[in-house]
Amino acid sequence: MNRDEAIVAAFERLLEKAKRHLAEQGRDGSRPVVTVGTATCGRAAGALDTLAALREEIEACGVDAAVMEVGCNGHCYAEPLVTISKLGWPPILYGPVKPGLASVLVKRFLVEDDPCLEYVLGGLEPHDLIPALTDFPRSAYEMRVLLARCGRIDPTDIHSALAAGAYAGLVRALRTEPADIVEEIRRAQLKGLGGAGYDTWKKWKVCRESADPERFVICNADEGDPGAFMDRSLLESDPHAVLEGMAICARAVGAPKGYLYIRAEYPLAVERARLAVAQARELGLLGPDILGSGFAFEPRVFQAAGAFVCGEETALIASIEGRRGMPRIRPPFPAEKGLNGKPTVINNVKTLASVPYIFREGWRSFAAIGHRATKGTTVFALAGKVMNTGLVEVPMGTSLRRLIFEVGGGVPKGKAFKAVQIGGPSGGCLPEEKLDVPIGFKALKEAGAMMGSGGMVILDEDNCMVETARFFLDFTQKESCGKCTFCRIGTRQMLEILEDIVQGRGTEEQIALLESLAEDIRLGSLCNLGRTAPNPILTTLRYFRGEYEAHIRERRCPAKVCRALTAYYILPEKCERTCDACVGSCPTEAIWVNAKRFKVIDQSFCIQCGACLEACPVQYSAVVKISPLADLPDRGARPEGYEKKKEK
Amino acid sequence: MGSDNGERVAEETRQVLESLAPEQRNLITILQKVQKHFGYLPREAMIEVARSQGIHETRVYSVASFYNQFRFVPPGKYPVKVCMGTACHIKGGDNILKVWETKLGIREGEVTEDRKFSLDRVACVGCCAMAPVALVGEEVHGGMMPTRVEGILLAIRMKEEAERAQQEKETAGPGPEIQEGAQGREHA
Repeated sequence: MNRDEAIVAAFERLLEKAKRHLAEQGRDGSRPVVTVGTATCGRAAGALDTLAALREEIEACGVDAAVMEVGCNGHCYAEPLVTISKLGWPPILYGPVKPGLASVLVKRFLVEDDPCLEYVLGGLEPHDLIPALTDFPRSAYEMRVLLARCGRIDPTDIHSALAAGAYAGLVRALRTEPADIVEEIRRAQLKGLGGAGYDTWKKWKVCRESADPERFVICNADEGDPGAFMDRSLLESDPHAVLEGMAICARAVGAPKGYLYIRAEYPLAVERARLAVAQARELGLLGPDILGSGFAFEPRVFQAAGAFVCGEETALIASIEGRRGMPRIRPPFPAEKGLNGKPTVINNVKTLASVPYIFREGWRSFAAIGHRATKGTTVFALAGKVMNTGLVEVPMGTSLRRLIFEVGGGVPKGKAFKAVQIGGPSGGCLPEEKLDVPIGFKALKEAGAMMGSGGMVILDEDNCMVETARFFLDFTQKESCGKCTFCRIGTRQMLEILEDIVQGRGTEEQIALLESLAEDIRLGSLCNLGRTAPNPILTTLRYFRGEYEAHIRERRCPAKVCRALTAYYILPEKCERTCDACVGSCPTEAIWVNAKRFKVIDQSFCIQCGACLEACPVQYSAVVKISPLADLPDRGARPEGYEKKKEK
Repeated sequence: MGSDNGERVAEETRQVLESLAPEQRNLITILQKVQKHFGYLPREAMIEVARSQGIHETRVYSVASFYNQFRFVPPGKYPVKVCMGTACHIKGGDNILKVWETKLGIREGEVTEDRKFSLDRVACVGCCAMAPVALVGEEVHGGMMPTRVEGILLAIRMKEEAERAQQEKETAGPGPEIQEGAQGREHA
């Protein structure tokens, strides 16, 4: 038996073992399987309580069913998600499932065979009675390459991943010459999905052809953009896809060691990645002699310590070396001189997770997806004012409008769409008229935003664009490492100007100053943190200049958000004497009742949380926001001794 | 307080350092382990780390002060972190922070007098779909509302109360001294 045959035979044995293992646990379809999505987003919605309730009820009813934890399938808006697979039915997805509903599902579906149609989100396979998820309009635009296994496999059990196709790409790569692996990636036209869009194969080639035999592969999972969570979700739901990609990359460039650099704020991702590495090593899919091929690769999980700038590759390396994470001048690029001065390939989680697909299905199949020069799919984390928050994966070239309104379901509560923020603090806000831009590195850059790592936050009419720009500047100013003067002091000065504007102290000249500062910072900064920091200001100035002018000229916040320019007020003509809903809702007891039993907000106590606006019954709608403050009839100060009188 | 306590911290730090595997001898990993042990980075522990690694103390401090994860004051028993990511921000995360501030009577970055609660803002915990989000300890609370803060606090107080009652029941007899209080004083 030659080497190639031995590798395939070794892998076949693992697959057999995985199938046996799943059969032993009754997860092969012989008995009902209940899965709960317990990634961090599911946990935030209470998935662990749901899981406990399911286990308890199954025990109590004496049902023979397996309960399994899975990752996130992207439908975060309906968390906690539960899938029940039962003979005679397709796998059915339910959500949101709180503990109460969990026990109902066990009793009615598992015991009595009633699938509880009223709680069904969708079936995972076509069926006469259950509408399939694939029949949803969003499925027509979605395409799952990276997320294919997310939410379907148990991320804590490698057997589950193996049975679903993990490591098949690695087996092919092990039988491919390293130079041909790079060639395959070149043909597939895979680009770096961390935001820059650099050709992946070029990095690999430079590293591979370096004279130094000690090389490294680093997976960059320092997903620091606020508003992005694809990397977290992928690592929590299908860590083996990333490890497989790293191993293929390691073989291509000849690196015996690697690091998986994960953000400090993602403890669950770190835990699951560590477990995945241990399990893969045990089966010989990673380690000193992978599947008997003689190829060795040892990846280690490195937990970062929380610094946004460490997403920049040279800063990331500094941080693994135990130093302050400050970027350095490139060239030399890490592919030539990286970790410990050795050639290092650094790729994003999604880039590496695309690699197994290319090797499983072939480069043609990957290059067939996408749009013009940008191939493959991209994952976006939809958040903010959109119906279907969660993860969506679409082919490159899909328009923003389709993504937001057809896949994402549009803006909730009938509010008007205002802007979409793409690319986090380095990206920009695009207005309605730019929504027909196809998603791709070049097109988004021309519109003033950037691909970034894939965070997409939708803003509606209730969001102030000046305040949004201020938020991002506040972030980049805090996270600037301080090395370059323009970034360190320039972002500070821009932030101060924006604070003046939202506080109602802005002047007309400050807009011009912002524009010139933006240009200086872009030119005077070493890394992309500084170079792109002005983007949120530049795009909001470009598309929403009127809002800046309203703040400055009229001291008015058009969206009624900026605290210094806005107040909550209860209209006496609409307030209902017998209703006290707002009084109880106020967390700071700012609302008092006057002699006529009308409710009044005492502005000196109000923190503008909006709880009273939510609480006021819709038939009265007496709570309103007022901007500018000059329009506020009175400050609503409560009379002295009001508290004492109330106690009586 | 004083040198006794400093010596104890140094000793515990040495134990943490000894427990590390060879591949964990990275300054950031070391500091993470030390912080995991103490809940923060005491001065004496950083001095001990510098000594063990043969590097200058300022180097340890420069690294520790660079990263957001490291803190130099002990956290409260229930560390509250309010997410300030983009999605949380536009859904009113700053309101949630304000309400925590009012309810706990402290500002962000501070610890309550009884050391039960500390309040911090965190960049993004990656639960943007559940925005706005707050963390109490390890527990993630999604879909926060200003009015939910009080409920969470109440649940914690009730838990505390139950624990105290349990402890009193167990220690009834031998002495009135509550162990937890003694430890708290030592740290202060």
